[in-house]
Amino acid sequence: MEWLERNVPKLVLAPSFVAILIFVYGFIAWTAWISLTKSRLMPKYELDGFGQYGRLFAAPRWDVAMNNLFIFGGLFIVISMAIGLLLAIFLDQRIRAEGVLRTIYLYPMALSLIVTGTAWKWILNPGLGIQETVRGWGFESFAFDWLIRPEMAIYTVVLAAVWQASGFVMALFLAGLRSVDTEIIRAAQVDGIPNHRIYSAIIIPTMAPIFLSAFIVLAHLAIKAFDLVIALTNGGPGYATDLPATYMYAMAFSRGDLGQAASSAMVMMGVIFAIVVPYLYSELRPRRDK
Amino acid sequence: MTSNTMLRWGLYAVLIVFAAFYLMPLFVMLTTSLKSLEEIRTGGLLSLPREITFAAWSEAWSTACAGTQCEGLRPFFWNSVLMAVPAVAISTVVGALNGYVFAQWQFRGANLFFAGILFGCFIPFQVVLLPMAQTLGFLGLAGSIPGLIFVHVIYGIGFTTLFFRNYYVTIPQELVRAAKVDGAGFFRIFFAVFLPLSLPIITVSVIWQFTQIWNDFLFGVSFAGPGSQPVTVALNNIVNSTTGVKAYNVDMAAAIIAALPTLFVYVVAGKYFIRGLTAGSVKG
Repeated sequence: MEWLERNVPKLVLAPSFVAILIFVYGFIAWTAWISLTKSRLMPKYELDGFGQYGRLFAAPRWDVAMNNLFIFGGLFIVISMAIGLLLAIFLDQRIRAEGVLRTIYLYPMALSLIVTGTAWKWILNPGLGIQETVRGWGFESFAFDWLIRPEMAIYTVVLAAVWQASGFVMALFLAGLRSVDTEIIRAAQVDGIPNHRIYSAIIIPTMAPIFLSAFIVLAHLAIKAFDLVIALTNGGPGYATDLPATYMYAMAFSRGDLGQAASSAMVMMGVIFAIVVPYLYSELRPRRDK
Repeated sequence: MTSNTMLRWGLYAVLIVFAAFYLMPLFVMLTTSLKSLEEIRTGGLLSLPREITFAAWSEAWSTACAGTQCEGLRPFFWNSVLMAVPAVAISTVVGALNGYVFAQWQFRGANLFFAGILFGCFIPFQVVLLPMAQTLGFLGLAGSIPGLIFVHVIYGIGFTTLFFRNYYVTIPQELVRAAKVDGAGFFRIFFAVFLPLSLPIITVSVIWQFTQIWNDFLFGVSFAGPGSQPVTVALNNIVNSTTGVKAYNVDMAAAIIAALPTLFVYVVAGKYFIRGLTAGSVKG
């Protein structure tokens, strides 16, 4: 009884412990193992070295997917951060109706990416969408048919993703701007330092941790982006807008190639961990007293 | 002074242009869903409907075809409800108890375990997709709503634990110590001291989990069967249905229906929604 009393906290955690151990770490190990075998339609368990990774890196479709990840991820992160910062600074200027504007900027984050993809697919379709509307205004030669052009389609994914997430970055930055010590800002204003200098030299440098957080969240969103591509372009035209996530899904569920699915999933995890592990490490490290 | 007012005007202009950018898709979805197909073909994307009709809405809700099944979004909407409600409830309860232990009942190895949970929040789910499909089959849960609940609980407790842990850490440990001296046990302290303080963080956790689970597509499309697909999967099937004439108004009505629950939550409890988003990215 006393033993029970003493160990209640551990017993409460035990189910989660077991679940995380099996369903996170055990499953990662399983996927890692499969990625080193010759598994096709059914899992095989005899190890076969790095053949799957060789096939993966030689596959033109994977090449496109990784390239797209860098184009999409890079643009998505940079543009979302730029818009988020701009809106946050502007909103910070004692704007009337700030609450309403904030609500408008952030609502896309509440939507499913499938909804976002469906909406933008309709807006961007060349036949009846934006292109046709602008032509109807008299600009007969206006062209905005990125959705159906293989070399441009990935930028429609960027557009929709920025629409969805930039308001969130704004919220992060705005919270950061508001947490800067007002005494310092007032002192700078008294000294006659112009506003833009106060931002660039005092406020923004103190927000470095928030830039990092925003970067981590956006990078994480970019690598996991799957729903949006499925709904917006379904990886097309051809496989021009494939991302690693859609590649993995296609291998796992429509091509029946477990080895390729597993090895591509492992590469995705490698990319995420290369970004997230240093961040979590620095967050979890006991902080020195200020 | 005049340059200053010009600056203000510029400021407002930029903010309003962006507001229009964020609102435009919602506006287009709404107006398209209220138009007839005939009007969609002849009118512009941004024009208001000349004649408002709710035909597309009723079709999206009860007769539109998702794949071969032509019952609209309704059955799938209820699938999502049946999936989300238990999954949100279970993962929040588990997260609250876990967070309570991590914050107030430290033991050796707890920090390592917490780090393990935190890493688990960041894995790309692709890396667990294959073994989970096998496991659900093994457990007899493949293609079922309980299977989806199970998956969402497992991969949700990381975040809920993080929320509650970061919240309970701010409650002074002296409180627990004093209650222990008075002879109160683990659960007594939780129910008498912590739970009454927890309403804000429960709200954050419930909203976060609900949004995540309702909006999920990857688990739904990977693990659901024809009878258990969530609304996001059905929406995608309706939009990509190749049979018959492309009914854009029905697609848009279906998209709005699928988005309504989370939009509603955002409108009534936006403050908590934002707290969940930021708590997920910044250490509390």
